[in-house]
Amino acid sequence: MHNESGTVSIVFNGEIFNFLELRQELIRKGCRFRTQSDTEVILRLYETKGEECVHDLNGQWAFAIWDKNKQKLFLSRDRLGIAPLFYTQAEGAFIFGSEIKAIFADSRVARRVDTAGLNEIFTFWVNLPPRTFFEKIRELPPGHSLSLKDGEIRITPYWRLDYPSAQQLRRAVDERECAQRLLELLVDATRLRLRADVPVGAYLSGGLDSSAIAAIVRRYTDTPLKTFSVSFEEAEFDESRHQREVAGALGTEHREVPCSYGDIGRVFPRVVWHAEKPLLRTAPAPLYLLSRLMRESGYKVVLTGEGSDEIFGGYDLFKEAKIRRFWGVRPESQMRPLLLKRLYPYLPKVQAQSPAYLEAFFHVGAQEVSSRLFSHLPRWELTSKLKMFLSPEALHRVADSDLYGEIEAQLPEDYDRWDNFSRAQYLEAKYLLPGYLLSSQADRVAMAHSIEARYPFLDHRVVEFANALPPRLKMKVLREKYILKRATTGLVPESIRNRVKQPYRSPDGKSFFAGGAREYAEAALSPERIGRHGIFQPAAVRKLVEKVRLGHAIGIKDNMAFVGVLSTQLVVDQFIDHFGEVQ
Amino acid sequence: MKDVLRQFINDNFLFGLQGRTLSDDDSLLEKRIIDSTGVLELIAFLDATFGVKVQDDELLPENLDSINRLVRFIEKKSKAAA
Repeated sequence: MHNESGTVSIVFNGEIFNFLELRQELIRKGCRFRTQSDTEVILRLYETKGEECVHDLNGQWAFAIWDKNKQKLFLSRDRLGIAPLFYTQAEGAFIFGSEIKAIFADSRVARRVDTAGLNEIFTFWVNLPPRTFFEKIRELPPGHSLSLKDGEIRITPYWRLDYPSAQQLRRAVDERECAQRLLELLVDATRLRLRADVPVGAYLSGGLDSSAIAAIVRRYTDTPLKTFSVSFEEAEFDESRHQREVAGALGTEHREVPCSYGDIGRVFPRVVWHAEKPLLRTAPAPLYLLSRLMRESGYKVVLTGEGSDEIFGGYDLFKEAKIRRFWGVRPESQMRPLLLKRLYPYLPKVQAQSPAYLEAFFHVGAQEVSSRLFSHLPRWELTSKLKMFLSPEALHRVADSDLYGEIEAQLPEDYDRWDNFSRAQYLEAKYLLPGYLLSSQADRVAMAHSIEARYPFLDHRVVEFANALPPRLKMKVLREKYILKRATTGLVPESIRNRVKQPYRSPDGKSFFAGGAREYAEAALSPERIGRHGIFQPAAVRKLVEKVRLGHAIGIKDNMAFVGVLSTQLVVDQFIDHFGEVQ
Repeated sequence: MKDVLRQFINDNFLFGLQGRTLSDDDSLLEKRIIDSTGVLELIAFLDATFGVKVQDDELLPENLDSINRLVRFIEKKSKAAA
């Protein structure tokens, strides 16, 4: 789209949810509009305010504006990184797109794996932007803008996650008022995200977050609502009983997509194709099937509860960090093994451990307690073990890397003034949320079927409000998402509100030895193919495959290794060796 | 017995990777060879291979944390059963 004189042009992916309000304000100031679209609102806003326009936007976006008079290209990505935006430079050209495959379609762009990018994924699950899995392909970090003028690239943050300092936390807060304000914000965030010229559906996971959003739609709007869920064959993963309970209580028309091991294995190569990077879990695959069901049901827009666990501290990682810190400071406490068993009630493998072994596995050293990255060290250390499968050449290439040092160098100045809980939240929301959850597990698998997912919890007003709350209102002792539970009293069924949180997981290694997956998985993991790609050690991978095939791989690490190696092999097949051949 | 145990640890936890040698007294915990699920895999292996059933109160690093400790534990259990 261009302005009348053709001096400002825009390409835009995403949605600006407050475009009606912005449009009215611009009209009051004398702007004239030719269309009803949110695209034109960004264009006019840019004409009025220049690069500062991004501060007014409430939405999920990646856009590029060419300003002919200034001879400047301006790119922007939304605050939390819901919409993707990649770029590269090749043969004097600046090439950008919402997907890496779009950039690779340009024959000037070389397609090569960046071993440093792989090293990051096999540590953090994600890349640290601007790095990606591919050499010279860059990702614009969430909350950043990029301008290109006279051949010079300037990247600037316009928004960032912020938390109160210890001093600010001493202020008294009224819990009741906080809960009330939170509900008001969530209702408004949901209402804005129902603006669409097509029907809007909602995912139901069976947990608090998606139930809260669906309940808000039912109680506070007139929008007819259809809900969608994924159910699993295996009881360990299945939450359909709770999903049906919510759907029944809210009176929504509800549809389920049953998901088997075979289904996950069958669609996994497509999931990798959309994720555009190695994955360590199969969890995106069932959501890919769910978005397909939505599409088949004639829906194009879905509301989800994603983001709540990051901003209200819902993940076990936050609880685990709290318990580990307690251990580190009070190593003599007799309560330690009991606390751990309480932390993982849904994991039989933890429940089966003796106190002596639990103590050994969850030992917290003084050096660890003093680390700035304390909360995430167990996850990153566990994931780093997957690198044992890397080939000597690949290991050599990353031998000098200091990934913890790199992440520490990116931490904001205020980080050390924040309390421990907020620091953990920051690491989770800054890296895993955009790099894994919103991309692989949400936007990419939804967009694979042209479904646009919208996230009321990630309205920046909700995020800013939640971040400013004292941690004790997020996790009260070991009760997660306390303030959200309080805000949704009477809205979400009691049994769901008080349910022990079950993290969303899906079956991993087993999925590839059922149905049609076996053939491609064995081909991708064959010693010949592994040797040709040169990333992993063929003999070690062979033993891993055998362990998974025999059903002996019962732990997270082996399953992550299997899925990580397989998906890396698939990415190389699809994006480097056979790019353009994938249907 | 040591060879069988070593082979199991090598295949199952070390994936046959070169350069990782294990002495009979090396601690599986300290060498970070075994994790929480690894212990359960080891228990299943002791049952399947040696018919040794590990009771809850025997689930201790003193019994299971090195090749030598495992050998002593298996022998003690086998004697008790005989």
